Amino acid sequence: MNPRPTPSPEPRIGFYVCHCGSNIADSVDCAEVARYVAGLPGVVIARDYKYMCSDPGQELIQHDIREHGLNRVVVASCSPLLHEATFRKAVSKAGLNPFLFQMVNIREHVSWVHKDRQAATAKARALARAAVERVRYHRPLQPVRVPIRAEALVIGGGIAGIHAALTLAEAGKRVILVERQPSIGGHMAQLDKTFPTLDCAACILTPKMSAVRAHPNITLWTYSEVIRVEGYVGNFTVTVRRKPRYVNETLCVGCKACVEACVFKDGRFPDEFNAGLSRRKPIYLPFPQATPQVVLIDPDRCLNLKTGKCKKTCVEACDRNAIVFDQQPEIHEVQVGTVIVATGFKLFDPARIPQYGYGRYPNVFTTLEVERLVNSSGPTGGEIRLRDGRTPRSVGFILCVGSRDHHTNPWCSRTCCMHSMKLALLIREHLDAEVTIFYMDIRAPGKGYEEFYDRCLREGIQFVRGRVAEVTDWAMTPEEEGKLVVRVEDTLAGFVRRIPLDMVVLAVGKEPQPDAQELRRLLNLSCSAEGWFLERHPKLAPVSTFTDGIFLAGCCQGPKDIPDTVAQAGAAAAEALALMDRGHIEQEPNTAYVDADHCSGCKSCLPLCPYSAIQFDENRGKANINEALCKGCGTCVAACPSGSIHQNLFDDEQVFAEIEGVLSHA
Amino acid sequence: MPDNPWEPQIVAFFCNWCTYTAADLAGVSRLQYAPNVRTIRLMCSGRVDPQFVLDALAKGADGVLIGGCHPGDCHYAEGNYKTLRRLRMLRRLLAQLGIEPERVRLEWIAASEGDKLRQVVNDMVRQIRQLGPLRLPERFQSWNRELAHQPASPSTQTATPEQEKVHA
Repeated sequence: MNPRPTPSPEPRIGFYVCHCGSNIADSVDCAEVARYVAGLPGVVIARDYKYMCSDPGQELIQHDIREHGLNRVVVASCSPLLHEATFRKAVSKAGLNPFLFQMVNIREHVSWVHKDRQAATAKARALARAAVERVRYHRPLQPVRVPIRAEALVIGGGIAGIHAALTLAEAGKRVILVERQPSIGGHMAQLDKTFPTLDCAACILTPKMSAVRAHPNITLWTYSEVIRVEGYVGNFTVTVRRKPRYVNETLCVGCKACVEACVFKDGRFPDEFNAGLSRRKPIYLPFPQATPQVVLIDPDRCLNLKTGKCKKTCVEACDRNAIVFDQQPEIHEVQVGTVIVATGFKLFDPARIPQYGYGRYPNVFTTLEVERLVNSSGPTGGEIRLRDGRTPRSVGFILCVGSRDHHTNPWCSRTCCMHSMKLALLIREHLDAEVTIFYMDIRAPGKGYEEFYDRCLREGIQFVRGRVAEVTDWAMTPEEEGKLVVRVEDTLAGFVRRIPLDMVVLAVGKEPQPDAQELRRLLNLSCSAEGWFLERHPKLAPVSTFTDGIFLAGCCQGPKDIPDTVAQAGAAAAEALALMDRGHIEQEPNTAYVDADHCSGCKSCLPLCPYSAIQFDENRGKANINEALCKGCGTCVAACPSGSIHQNLFDDEQVFAEIEGVLSHA
Repeated sequence: MPDNPWEPQIVAFFCNWCTYTAADLAGVSRLQYAPNVRTIRLMCSGRVDPQFVLDALAKGADGVLIGGCHPGDCHYAEGNYKTLRRLRMLRRLLAQLGIEPERVRLEWIAASEGDKLRQVVNDMVRQIRQLGPLRLPERFQSWNRELAHQPASPSTQTATPEQEKVHA
């Protein structure tokens, strides 16, 4: 559109089209694309090859650069988000500036989405031509180097956050671990034993919790939430709000004298840690191994905080004067280089499936409730009892409650089969009860998991294959009287059964945290359609996000079991470490700059920049862009009325060339 | 793409973080959609200069699709809002030029919305098919020919009347 300067030196373009095995070649005639591009001006060589990203493929490019003196390279293969870095590295090894390269996406955007070979080939030709037209205008660039602070923030203090924080701290990095509950530990702290080894969860977790508390490199902020994140990789400014627990954390030793002394003689309020199966007081320690060992006061329950009328026996009981009724929330601002998100999941609310009777029939439980019942430090001291105190003689587990169900959540929550089988086995160990598991498919895909399933079969646990239609207390026969009846089509036996049980346990699935969307916005992450945080690439960058310097660990990225969570947390810590140890990150040099000769000083661009990277030089009457602050969105470039702002890698002339290229009748 | 039979040609400007990634996801999920869209990747929908849209139409596109992150989700905080504002103005200009404003479409498509991308592309191709070809390059040529017959016309030196309007 605008008169374009002739690119210099004279472009010598090498073009390579990848078959990707048959991924591309099945729908796109690669040889034909190469033939077409070979005829375009400036193209010195055009080849098609089976796997461009392989070593021989890369060597082919390097050989041609040396042999034919190529000064521009275009590769038509997969998405640049996948292999742009690979090819840039390859061309730079042969001595070419890596930014004299352009990639064409003919796999994700062409061969995988179009089966019509003729149309797909035409589209591939057009996209290839656009890249060839564009690459002429590429200039050599140097990546922007950004220094990285050696501190990390970990959001979420479940097993994922704990493991990531410890790994980083052990490597000598300063870590701030923020947990919104009063104690770290997360869901794992509520578990009794873990499958498939049946070792006790507390024995694995509590030493790690203590290690977090004791580690000189870890600052632990519980009962706190991240409320603002600014900045970018290497230099995030994070604002954390510490909620008042009305107890001085440094003075309290967790002796619980205050809890004893509370005017409420008995616990009155549902205990969150025991899934509501026991009662606690307004002042309480969340659970015996809570870390930090500090009590807190529930402001919605405490008489003094609610009404101001209380004898404050707790204050008298505390010989360390740790109770502070006028404690205010604290706002802290910290600077970190990397962030690990380990915010976990929420359990499915089974009341959403009314036909299973949760909340209506007292003896319908969730797996988490049974977990607390079998735990020796739980509300019943490890005795499995019905709500009226009787011991159940028959127990049924319903799997996939809120999982693999298009009425609720379509995904598999991955742990409920194993979790239920583990509880079934524990129930068999604790009492002589009949245990039946109602399943659609048993998913036991882990080390030692299938063997665990075999063990359950050997130990006499009944498995009934079929999705349960309903749980009812409507008895049709005398033996159903006073029991819960599970109606299910036994798909292996081929008929509908009614199975009377004393206790029904719903294996509730996992869901994204209800406020995951807010955190996503805070951190500028992406979510999958289901609401799990999206990793950069499921296989190439499974713990990275689309925001540099932010990594994912644990169930916030998708349902997983403890071994996978810990492995992922280690991976996230390693990625964060790699960044911080290098001390700097090389960023895409796609920054904008002002051509001062043409800038009219109209200031249109100034309010557009979300990073305040544009300053106005009053003396010269010109705008100026601070390259270190520019993130390369190009909004100012599009807005400049005189066309005097340019963007590296996305300059006007490059985009215009691309437009012309895609529209030429290829 | 061959001229006959006519097939809609759509140029798409997708932001790197949401819509381009959604198109990648559509690919990975093997969702099939109409092959009429040619995608140009930009870092942000805020980079879409209205001139890109006009240039695409002037060079033969029958429609232009702009894809950005949902409001509030922009990787660069607010680039998508800037695009929205510019597009509103551009639509008015298009109407004055006699170009149906529906030929230029702005959609918010998040990285996870591969299926939305498929639907939007298919829907837009169907819509452009109904509107018929725009054929601006051919129209410019015929206008140029007409102008050339009038003596001493000042505007014949420039390549297209479209450009004059754009830069006016």
